[in-house]
Amino acid sequence: MSHIAPPAHWRRAKERYRLLGSKCENCGSTFFPPTKVCPKCRRKGRIVQTEFSGKGKIYSYTIIHSAPKMFEKYTPYILALVELEEGPKVMSQIVDCKPEEVKIGMAVEVCFRKLFEQDGEGIISYGFKFRPADNSWKSLQ
Amino acid sequence: MSVGIVGYGAYIPKYRIRVEDIARVWGHDAGSIKSGLGVLEKSVPSLDEDTATLAVEAARNALKRAKDVKPSEIGAVYVGSESHPYAVKPTAATVAEALGIVPDTTAADLEFACKAATAGIQACMGLVKGGYIKYGMSIGADTAQSAPGDALEYTASAGAAAYIIGSENLVAEIEGTFSYTQDVPDFWRREGAPYPRHGGRFTGEPAYFEHVVKASKGLMERLGTNVSDYNYVVFHMPNGKFPLRAAKILGFTIEQVRIGLVVEKIGNTYSGSSLLGLAAVLDVAKSGERILLTSYGSGAGSDSFSIIVRDLIEERRNLAPSVKYYVERKEYIDYALYARSKCLYRG
Repeated sequence: MSHIAPPAHWRRAKERYRLLGSKCENCGSTFFPPTKVCPKCRRKGRIVQTEFSGKGKIYSYTIIHSAPKMFEKYTPYILALVELEEGPKVMSQIVDCKPEEVKIGMAVEVCFRKLFEQDGEGIISYGFKFRPADNSWKSLQ
Repeated sequence: MSVGIVGYGAYIPKYRIRVEDIARVWGHDAGSIKSGLGVLEKSVPSLDEDTATLAVEAARNALKRAKDVKPSEIGAVYVGSESHPYAVKPTAATVAEALGIVPDTTAADLEFACKAATAGIQACMGLVKGGYIKYGMSIGADTAQSAPGDALEYTASAGAAAYIIGSENLVAEIEGTFSYTQDVPDFWRREGAPYPRHGGRFTGEPAYFEHVVKASKGLMERLGTNVSDYNYVVFHMPNGKFPLRAAKILGFTIEQVRIGLVVEKIGNTYSGSSLLGLAAVLDVAKSGERILLTSYGSGAGSDSFSIIVRDLIEERRNLAPSVKYYVERKEYIDYALYARSKCLYRG
């Protein structure tokens, strides 16, 4: 994938920037990416937008050594399924973490990073990634 | 009506390179560079970090501290930087979108070397005081560029600081501001050029010292204050020596400068520099204490602010990570990894 059309980038920007998903007010299920219909409640479902807290844990991961062209400069990198505390699982790179340090079950928190850029002249896509959760700042203060 | 700081936030990338590792590549004497500049190591952004991502992280921390402020109540977002990711497409709009401040807001990128974000704070003060907006946000963020082997390579680093300005629930009141600006060719980068150029020693007397000293003096004269009225003083930190000399010229003691001098272990974060110094002071200052902040941007100008800390600081400062946390959160990389993360190679 070497070219992202501006509309394709723009359509997903809000959910990627703010980790915006959806929630069914009828059954309480949460979804990412956002859905328009609740698969459980069907026509009884009441879908609303929701912003996730950005806290979660690593459900599973893999280390990518051979990447698609637009991610080649990041190799080797950690690609994980992160289970958000609200329930949904999202796929994301894990940053500020060495491949040998990542573990299933590890607590992570959202951060804002560049996802990819087409070339020196194209659009830069930004969005969420996750880094190891670090609450040590609370005891420093 | 009082106007001042409602929330502040800092962010510094995790990676560091030591002066020794840069000096070894170019055959320079690390010892004389460290003692000459007063800098031991500098922050380095990850490959996926740029001015926009740094600005968002700092802005999120500022919003955590300004807990009464809803993003939709912020009527202006300014990002001051000399390393905006796009030549045309505002960083400020990306930041506003990522924080949920959009769409009922104004936003703009500002550029005045290392002082653009303090100019942004002044703009927010005016809009708040004029009743046009309830809150405004100004962020200084940079991933500073330096030519390989240039003296700047030892200090040009990455970091960000964000300030929410308003008139209610202040953690600190801004009691006055004064600026001093002239056309001085001390440091510049032409359109399309990858690295800035500078006038070497010329960046001192007619540039940094002239503006920092005159702006600080001008502010104190207008407010009728003097150096002994301030508990803390923060100047722009292109290195560890210039702010100490400016302090000495103005008659401040080392003790007044010490807390805000955050350059030794992170380098010069450009637009983030003086504002990270102010954040480090707000992390520890007590209610009623007074701070003098003077930024400096090459080209050249300084914005000076007199700030009085309020009671609310005590409960708000612990809502987000301190500058000290970010300074101490680090992992060292060598010059090869640094060259990779700064894309110093052609490919």
